[in-house]
Amino acid sequence: MGESNMLVSILAAAVSSGTPILFAALGELITETAGVMNIGVEGMMLVGAVAGFLASVRTGNLLLGVLAALLAGGLLALLHAFMCIALKVNQIVSGLALTLFGTGISGYLGKSMIGVPLPNHFRSVPLPALSRLPVLGPVLFNHDVLVYLSFVLVPAVWYLFYRTRPGLHLRAVGESPETADALGVNVFRTRYVSVVVGGMLAGLGGAYLSLAYAPSWIENMTAGRGWIAVALVIFAVWNPLRALAGAYLFGGVEAMGFRIQALGLRVPSFFLKMMPYIFTIVVLTVITASSSKQSSRAPQGLGRPYERE
Amino acid sequence: MSRSKKILLVVAVLLALVGAARLNSQSYAAEDKFLVGWIYIGHVGDAGWTYAHDLGRQYVEQQLPWVESIYVEAVPETSDAERMMTELARKGCKIIFATSFGYMDYVQNVARRFPNVLFEHCSGFKTADNAATYFGRIYEPRYLSGIVAGSMTKSNVIGYVAAFPIPEVVRGINAFTLGVRSVNPNAKVKVVWTNTWYDPATEKEAAKAALDAGADVIAQHQDTPAPMQAAAERGKLGVSYNSVMTQFAPDTIVTGPIWNWGPYYVERIKAAKEGTWKTGDYWGGMADGIVDLAPFGPMVPENVKKLVEAKKADIVAGKFHPFTGPINDNTGKLRVPEGTIMTDAELLSFDWFVEGVEGTLPN
Repeated sequence: MGESNMLVSILAAAVSSGTPILFAALGELITETAGVMNIGVEGMMLVGAVAGFLASVRTGNLLLGVLAALLAGGLLALLHAFMCIALKVNQIVSGLALTLFGTGISGYLGKSMIGVPLPNHFRSVPLPALSRLPVLGPVLFNHDVLVYLSFVLVPAVWYLFYRTRPGLHLRAVGESPETADALGVNVFRTRYVSVVVGGMLAGLGGAYLSLAYAPSWIENMTAGRGWIAVALVIFAVWNPLRALAGAYLFGGVEAMGFRIQALGLRVPSFFLKMMPYIFTIVVLTVITASSSKQSSRAPQGLGRPYERE
Repeated sequence: MSRSKKILLVVAVLLALVGAARLNSQSYAAEDKFLVGWIYIGHVGDAGWTYAHDLGRQYVEQQLPWVESIYVEAVPETSDAERMMTELARKGCKIIFATSFGYMDYVQNVARRFPNVLFEHCSGFKTADNAATYFGRIYEPRYLSGIVAGSMTKSNVIGYVAAFPIPEVVRGINAFTLGVRSVNPNAKVKVVWTNTWYDPATEKEAAKAALDAGADVIAQHQDTPAPMQAAAERGKLGVSYNSVMTQFAPDTIVTGPIWNWGPYYVERIKAAKEGTWKTGDYWGGMADGIVDLAPFGPMVPENVKKLVEAKKADIVAGKFHPFTGPINDNTGKLRVPEGTIMTDAELLSFDWFVEGVEGTLPN
């Protein structure tokens, strides 16, 4: 295989292996922008993965699987929202509990699904014309529909945040709930919606794993991707475009590490295993440091429950 | 309700739910049944290591109707293991199987405190009067699966998606490669380490890297079928591991080494009941049936099947050992002289690759 082909395959792998992290990170980004910290992403992804798998196997319909994943992730997030927004529980504690709960319940629900093959899974759908472009075609336009959905979602979230009134309200609620409230924004409702949407996207990230990327159900199959997503949101300083860059970078460097081994270059595998983490942190930190102050900080109301006077 | 009380309540409720989900499938003792306990490192749903042990437990229940089994999942290799085994012993278990290496010292501790309970520790090396160890020579079916892979590769490049660089995994890669080269001296085995036991997405990515580097057969050492799925997507072949994974990629999997703990468990439990149980360090092979080869896929030609069956018969009869010299390492140096068979001690501390392996090992 030529060098250019190798590069194309690394870039294509960057997109496909970055996608589950991207979905989860986008969800967490929306949640945190509204001022609620939800570190239960791993749990929500697992619940989404198992719900998507169960529904797809039972009904034979992948779209119903995706719906089930959205629903399951959203439901778990609703629990978190209730704890944090209504009961004003510590958000870190509730998020941790969510991860434990999600891990346990997904394992329980998935017991009957071990070793069951999925009758059908999301396969690559090369986009007409676009997929024939050199380099860009195989890298971006020869994936499954969930990947294309993520392509649409990222700019959509960016547009929502920075170009629409609801997006402005969302950011206001995260920055200063008191001010937003005084301006007539419903802080509680905004936070509920954003936490639930965040959970739905985490569920979708899980379903991408169980229905498209590694079509099967295995307990704990997210293997820490939820935590990577949580960290990524911070390094991407709550910016959807940087979250995309971070997710693909992570996937790409990982894919490159395996190819370095397969080509027989003598680099210790533990070092290669470290690379995606280091690379992503360094690159995103550099981007952040070199961009304007205004856009490089956390929402001021993050993690703080809002109480009306 | 104060804030901190609310938090406590919430956490308690969630933990209770998690606990309920994890302990759901335990069954409890009937008075007249012979109670047997298992502790597992993972979940029975891992489709790999723990799943294989649990198939063994289910086999026991099926074969020995007088047995009542109890298992505990996801027991960490800490003093928690000691607590769980103590619990099982107090419940009345007559024999307890501890199925992960790191339980070793805890098994010894509990065995001292419960001299009337029998213990069996998988993959360890410490025994006592009432504590035995057991493991299987999975390298035997690995060698055989290498014969299949070596016969069927067209590119003469085989990818091996490897877990962690420890002797057990290295031994597997070497046995596989010797099998490959016994029928195809030109073939190479490219090793890609994932440093995971259990991460389907990463393992699939590693397999894709090997396929990109020209491999047309993928072998694996992890507990998930993801490398097999990667091979399936490219229309290539695969050698699975742990349990029969055929259903995940029926047109891809040629065969694969599998664990078959059931017969050993049945035999030991029977001995425990009859009072004939003795301690020891058991390392069984294909002759005992504790390890085996998964059924051949439809694409494997008859002559290859025959060749493998013949070698299997030789291994079972004790006429052939995969690690018989001459064996060169992958720098070309002779490591095992002609006619010499590597000792078990050498096999258990394997830290070099045989000729034909391309990959790195930490020094």
